[in-house]
Amino acid sequence: MTFSQQLVTIGMVILGTVLTRFLPFLFFPAGKPTPKYIQYLGKILPSAVFSLLVVYCLKNVSIFTGSRGIPEFLSIAVVIVLHMWKRQMLLSIAGGTLCYMWLVQYIL
Amino acid sequence: MNSNVSVIRKSFRCAFPHTIPIFAGFLFLGMTYGIYMQVSGFSFWYPCLMSLTIFAGSVEFITVNLLLGAFNPLQALALTLMINARHLFYGISMLDRYKGTGWKKPYLIFGMCDESFSINYTADIPADVDRGWFMFFVTFLNHLYWFSGATLGGIFGSLIHLNMEGLDFVMTAMFVVIFLEQWLKEKRHESSLIGLGVSLTCLILFGADNFIIPSMIAVLAVLTLLRKPLEKDVKA
Repeated sequence: MTFSQQLVTIGMVILGTVLTRFLPFLFFPAGKPTPKYIQYLGKILPSAVFSLLVVYCLKNVSIFTGSRGIPEFLSIAVVIVLHMWKRQMLLSIAGGTLCYMWLVQYIL
Repeated sequence: MNSNVSVIRKSFRCAFPHTIPIFAGFLFLGMTYGIYMQVSGFSFWYPCLMSLTIFAGSVEFITVNLLLGAFNPLQALALTLMINARHLFYGISMLDRYKGTGWKKPYLIFGMCDESFSINYTADIPADVDRGWFMFFVTFLNHLYWFSGATLGGIFGSLIHLNMEGLDFVMTAMFVVIFLEQWLKEKRHESSLIGLGVSLTCLILFGADNFIIPSMIAVLAVLTLLRKPLEKDVKA
């Protein structure tokens, strides 16, 4: 790929990202009342979205091959236990990540 | 003028602690991305400028593969729209919250990555703190962390000889925590459970590369069908 082709490719990625972020605001401008249905979605969607994000992170885990997702699920359990115990975001995230790195590098 | 400065300072002080986990996560992840680009043969200018202008983590990793493959701009656009389609849901959720933020609004929307959205959506901003500036600083700091991580990774990647395998799990851990926080906050869990059930089902049916769009459509459909019973609880 030439340099200008690289620039065009990166430009397309920027355009795509900006579009997905700005479209709702262009469709439902602040000056006009937002339809009730969209207001409802705005309130109910986030919880479902956070679930989707977790599944999205785990999408490439195969439970039938390799380490069968054991490191992932053990480390998530560590994150959950740490978080319910101390409720310190940073600690839960660091603990789970270190556990995962230890499992994939030395154990499984 | 003085009061303006104190408003800004106060918002910064309030916003910064919320971004500390992202500081760690983005520095890690940004560096992983920078190193990945360097290992793939790109100068540090690539992660440096791409982290500034794209500012969407997962898509930036994929852009490395796009840049290494054959030139296909339409595929790049379509792939980006598909991976980032979830931002549409963020936008719908932030329509009200970003209202009245003036010149900051375009930047807030531009910088609405998963993490900025998650914090700006869930944070309880004290009444005496300016909402616009608070959300601006959350977005700006996240942007800065990501940019710094990516650039440092791109410059110093070759000097780091630690075994980094598994570091990418920091992203998963972060979203598990955000999910838990939302779970602990919400009164009823229908929407969270629908999100889990639908996306897992779609993952099994459509596979890892194609499940996001069907999941979004199915989530929309189920939440629309259940609007009457769910709306009562949302309002309460």
